[in-house]
Amino acid sequence: MAKYSLRVITLGYLAFLLILPVGLIGWRTFADGLSPVIDALTSDDAVHAFRVTLIVAVWAVLLNTVFGVGAALLLVRGRIPGKRLLSALIDLPLAVSPVIVGLALILVYGSFEPIGRWFGDRGVQIIFAVPGMVLATVFVSLPLVVRAIVPVLQEMGNEQEQAAHTLGAGRWATFWRITIPGIRWALAYGVVLCLARALGEYGAVAVVSGRVVGQTQTATLFVEERYQNFDTVSAYATATALALIAIVALLIAKLLDRGALKRSEKH
Amino acid sequence: MAIQVNGVSKAFGGTPVLDDVSIDVGSGELTALLGPSGGGKSTLLRVIAGLEVPDRGTVVISGVDSTRMSPQQRQVGFVFQHYAAFKHLTVFKNIAFGLQIRKRPRAEIKRRVHELLELVHLEQLAHRYPAQLSGGQRQRMALARALAVEPEVLLLDEPFGALDAQVRKELRTWLRRLHDEVHVTTVFVTHDQEEAMDVADRIVVLAGGRVEQVGSPTEIYENPANAFVMGFLGAVTTVGGRLVRPHDVEISTTPAAGSVAATINRIVRLGFEERIEMSGPDGEIMAQVLRGGAEQMRVTGGDMVWIRPRDDARTLEPAR
Amino acid sequence: MTVVKAPEIPRQQRQPETRREVPARARARAGTGVGLGVAVVYLSIIVLIPLAAVVAKSTDGGADFFWRAVRTPDAWAALKLTLISAVAVALVNLVMGTVIAWVLVRDQFPGKAVVDTLIDLPFALPTIVAGLVLVALYGSGSPLHIDLAYARSGVFVALLFVTLPFVVRTVQPVLLELDQDMEQAAHSLGAGGWTTFRRIVLPNLMPAMISGAGLAFTRAVAEFGSVNLISGNLPMKTQVSAVVIYGRIESDDTAGAAAISTFLLAIALIVLIALELVQRRAARRG
Repeated sequence: MAKYSLRVITLGYLAFLLILPVGLIGWRTFADGLSPVIDALTSDDAVHAFRVTLIVAVWAVLLNTVFGVGAALLLVRGRIPGKRLLSALIDLPLAVSPVIVGLALILVYGSFEPIGRWFGDRGVQIIFAVPGMVLATVFVSLPLVVRAIVPVLQEMGNEQEQAAHTLGAGRWATFWRITIPGIRWALAYGVVLCLARALGEYGAVAVVSGRVVGQTQTATLFVEERYQNFDTVSAYATATALALIAIVALLIAKLLDRGALKRSEKH
Repeated sequence: MAIQVNGVSKAFGGTPVLDDVSIDVGSGELTALLGPSGGGKSTLLRVIAGLEVPDRGTVVISGVDSTRMSPQQRQVGFVFQHYAAFKHLTVFKNIAFGLQIRKRPRAEIKRRVHELLELVHLEQLAHRYPAQLSGGQRQRMALARALAVEPEVLLLDEPFGALDAQVRKELRTWLRRLHDEVHVTTVFVTHDQEEAMDVADRIVVLAGGRVEQVGSPTEIYENPANAFVMGFLGAVTTVGGRLVRPHDVEISTTPAAGSVAATINRIVRLGFEERIEMSGPDGEIMAQVLRGGAEQMRVTGGDMVWIRPRDDARTLEPAR
Repeated sequence: MTVVKAPEIPRQQRQPETRREVPARARARAGTGVGLGVAVVYLSIIVLIPLAAVVAKSTDGGADFFWRAVRTPDAWAALKLTLISAVAVALVNLVMGTVIAWVLVRDQFPGKAVVDTLIDLPFALPTIVAGLVLVALYGSGSPLHIDLAYARSGVFVALLFVTLPFVVRTVQPVLLELDQDMEQAAHSLGAGGWTTFRRIVLPNLMPAMISGAGLAFTRAVAEFGSVNLISGNLPMKTQVSAVVIYGRIESDDTAGAAAISTFLLAIALIVLIALELVQRRAARRG
């Protein structure tokens, strides 16, 4: 009996907190049929917002993937002092509020700050432009790739790399042919998580972008702006689109996770 | 001389693992590094391979001082205890790896890999993944992989340690036959003295980071340099204050010069041989005779006999 | 058996041992050094220097200014609301998260896998979308005829949403690994269901539960996007600290924003360290 009531409590909690709200948005979005949704999503501003989101997200994922692989190798294989400090610093972004992230970047890279002015003199604007948004997105998604790879790298051990060395492979060759393939599922998982996070970032880019419609507006900022302007159709449509992307990313990540698990069980 | 190790010392943290070790390995020989766990044998092997750098001393391979060379430059093949198989590559690709690194033409790689697959009897499994192979098959693949690039020296680190007893015995014989065909200078590490005696041309006994003795299996067994080597290579028992092999204990029903008295506790019949357990002034003593030996002497449990080492037997002072 | 006649593969040229040759070990160490340097530079550019700038800016006008900025009525009210809500949410998650993890691990029902996957949705969903979603169901015009907008309960619900996965995902793996033998032994000795849970299972789950609750707390303290919409941002009533900071930035009071931010970061840091110490003490006791 206890089992039954626990199940009911759980499902009830999840229904009211998670499933109903998300379902309602989907419902409301398509309340007037499919065509207003398509219209809203294909408007110039919407398309532009998605494009900005994509550019910023791809840059952030690329940078954090390269960093992630390097940092993971350092943490697992490197003979360096202060590994725990490095690990804690990498996890730091998880504890920082997105608006604080935005503030922090403005204080360093804003056009009136020394560093920001240095860039400004050379024609590169960081805050209120795409570079700043990339920085903000990199900040908030920094730990994701590293944390996905580290346990797998640890489990793999470095005997395969040693074997590759005895067979004549240099460090680069070993890295590309042995290390990367060895962690490929975990790497893919980390990249998907990072991408989902980057696509969904709101608070930090809200501060850092200046929210110029048609220029520095991401899809998430677009949702908010449309909602504030009582254009609920566009707001809901874009929100649903983003939610669908998030769900797809979740499913892909789940598959990758299970695939990696199956492979490791075989050994 | 294919390999010359001169005065190699190595410590991990503060713990010394190798202490001024010098050995020579002849070209084409099959040498065993034998010793108890933690004695430094794996470390020595890895120093030869370039996977560890010694604190002091040099390693010369085929006349070239390789001490500071990376493993890539040394032309050594290495086989790991736990195979170190490239899990994401097929058996074929595993074996082909070293050749691909050297950018050999595809036709040549294909030919060479097939040759090796035949050599190690894995032709049918060329396109399987290591996870689908048994332990013994994986190790044969690892060997083929190491041999593919024609190393000057082949090093094996407890190659059969992770396999069960039956497979171990089979692969042991197979390794010996392989060596007889391919004639690569081979050094392998083991803690199993039976394995070393069975397979190797020469044995280096290594304990506590030091070389205790070097010689052929027969030499080491019959003329052990010290009590440790004697005890490690086979059973020993103490008669008249000296260490002697159980099969070298002469038993007589009448006292003779140099013999001591002992009482038989038990006669254990082990098929082909018999073990006679006795108590004497030196404590428990064990003698080994052929089947029927006890009956021939007409002795049985409870009898008193006189024992001494055989005249031609090698005896040693026990270790202090 | 045929002798294997290996084809002539040209041997790799030997590098002559010259004084200029860098030993392999030193080369490896240089590579690691460069890697570490690059990682540190990356972290500095993105995380460390900006955060340091926040702390620096907050102390620009001295301790006096700092405390005045933190204790302005709306900021202080927001801090109280933020911290109290975060603690409340952490506690609710402590219980519900464990319950959900229990059901996911020990129970079987059709569609369980779907539910399991959905738990992670708050991780992946943009916070603004979460905000929209919650306003739709719990704001004015809600089909459930509840109106939590412009109310603290709205803030509470939003925070519950975004912190949902934390305790569940830290407890789940521990539960999966847990050997049910212990519970069966307890049953055979006469312990009932709840007693067994309290005395056998719970102590083993505690570290994971606390760790998850700590993560939920830090996340709740930092939350911005999802509370923004439903709370209506009523100063002194439903504003959370993140929103106050945002307001300060928008009105160019970056120093004030920095002060409140530093205070918030300090609290998060203290809580995380405290939790880490508690975990370590618990681990030592075994």
